[in-house]
Amino acid sequence: MKQAVREAFISKILLLTALSSIGALTLITVFIFAEGLPVIFKTGFFDFIFGMKWKPSRGIFSIFPMIAGSFAVMAGAMLVSVPFALCCSIYLAEFAGRTTRAIVKPAIELLAGIPSVVYGFIGVTVLVPFIKNNIGGNGFSVLGCSIVLGIMVLPTITSISYDALRAVPDSYREGALALGATRWQAVKMAVVPAAGSGIIAAVILGMGRAIGETMAVIMIAGNSLIIPLSPLDPVRTLTSNIALEMGYASGMHRQALFATGVILFVIIMALNILATRVIKRAVR
Amino acid sequence: MKLHNKLFNKDYSFQNYNFKVNFSPGSFKAIIALVILSVFYCLCAPGYCETKKLMIAGSTSVQPIAEKLSEHFMQKHPNIKIEIQGGGSSAGVQAALSGAADIGMSSRDLVASESHLKTFTVAYDAIVMIVNPQNHIENISRDEIRKIFAFDITAWNKINASSECGVITVLTREDGSGTRGAFEELIMGTVEIAARALVQDSTGSIREIVANDIDAIGYISFGSLNQKVKALAVDGIKPETKSFTEADISRKYKVIRPFLFLSKEEPQGAAREFMNYIRSEEGIAIIKAEGLVPVL
Repeated sequence: MKQAVREAFISKILLLTALSSIGALTLITVFIFAEGLPVIFKTGFFDFIFGMKWKPSRGIFSIFPMIAGSFAVMAGAMLVSVPFALCCSIYLAEFAGRTTRAIVKPAIELLAGIPSVVYGFIGVTVLVPFIKNNIGGNGFSVLGCSIVLGIMVLPTITSISYDALRAVPDSYREGALALGATRWQAVKMAVVPAAGSGIIAAVILGMGRAIGETMAVIMIAGNSLIIPLSPLDPVRTLTSNIALEMGYASGMHRQALFATGVILFVIIMALNILATRVIKRAVR
Repeated sequence: MKLHNKLFNKDYSFQNYNFKVNFSPGSFKAIIALVILSVFYCLCAPGYCETKKLMIAGSTSVQPIAEKLSEHFMQKHPNIKIEIQGGGSSAGVQAALSGAADIGMSSRDLVASESHLKTFTVAYDAIVMIVNPQNHIENISRDEIRKIFAFDITAWNKINASSECGVITVLTREDGSGTRGAFEELIMGTVEIAARALVQDSTGSIREIVANDIDAIGYISFGSLNQKVKALAVDGIKPETKSFTEADISRKYKVIRPFLFLSKEEPQGAAREFMNYIRSEEGIAIIKAEGLVPVL
């Protein structure tokens, strides 16, 4: 009896701690929306999202170039990282021996532990001059951002798709091999399709991470207020817009930065919900 | 044991201790005398007991340095309380004229109709155009700067036909920065900085990019200049301390604005003390640390 009371008590306490994260999320959401929505309504929803000019000192707030910038950088990062991450996870899950795996997997996960400002610093000192001198433009570009972000999201995509591949039952592999498939054919035709939705979820989570990254992007992107039409064009993302201007922003300008945060919040929420949906379908 | 307890109780325990304090008549008189003296002292020397208030209002460009200076000043003079408000240079002039504030702040020179106000120059805010030391250009006109930042001129050989530099990398500060505000006011005027310009959020990163990119041009405050970048002469005048205060307008550096304190009457009391502090070694050090040019 006494034991049961204690069990119940402990479970209640754990519930409370679990709820506290939901509480924090609610508070943040309410705060961002309360600060940001007035500007969106004042500017007009469509003008705010699809307008081309961002001139806070003149009271003009439209963020389309930054939305386009965020998506351009995200797409570039995916082009760089998805092929690498996919091949890497397939190799680790299906082909690598125990020792190789024991070395390579932690090494990739270590990439996630490097602070983003370090990525940015390497980018600005090595990559930016390299692009300027060998490819063109002034170096601060979508291309530079894509490469750095691609490396940054590599661990996320690799380890989630690795887990998805490992979750495929051995009977799939055995079945394929029994039918006379080679090892690569078995992986290509049986294992990878079976892990498909897990891999897609990994890519979507990688996208969320790429679009939310700030510090490295601010250092490499150049932060111009244009829609990037070439990989060599400079770009400003939603996140870097907030970080760049918060220092001196006040009044409407500050609220407009929160409004930028609202749009970013909605995009990342949508990506996360999409990812969980895809994972759920995979489990079923 | 019993004996010990008894002894202990009697001599050390607080239960039995008599807390009553007995004043001797002599010490009582001394305390009364002290109270009377201190009241008397306060009445006679209000400066040491009352806090004096100093109200400063005006230009939001002057506000940060005024706040920094006043913070340090108030630590040394706890009896003076300085309150600083924004509102803009014109509001600062109005506040000084009407007496709504003890001191008005302005980041522009006074026009003729305002010239009867007493002015005190806190510091100069000079903007210098910087390029890579390997760029051979030495001089640039304000018109050329305007065209570069509007992207009407995009290559260095349009400025100087013999230049080996290529397409100009234009660097600007983020919207809301005071340095950008001064640059727009002193050079750009009504022309807008093009959206294509690269934006950086600190003087340090502008300087660093210019130091590493032979094609770059940017602007920073004079106080943040270092050896890794080259400051350009604007309209033939080099940015140097002596060309900032030059009375002859044809030899005066143009990309500069004064940070002024304005008052209706000759400042006295707390205002005078604050101004003396600004001219002191400590005040000058603070001004320099903020990237501004002190008045020497």
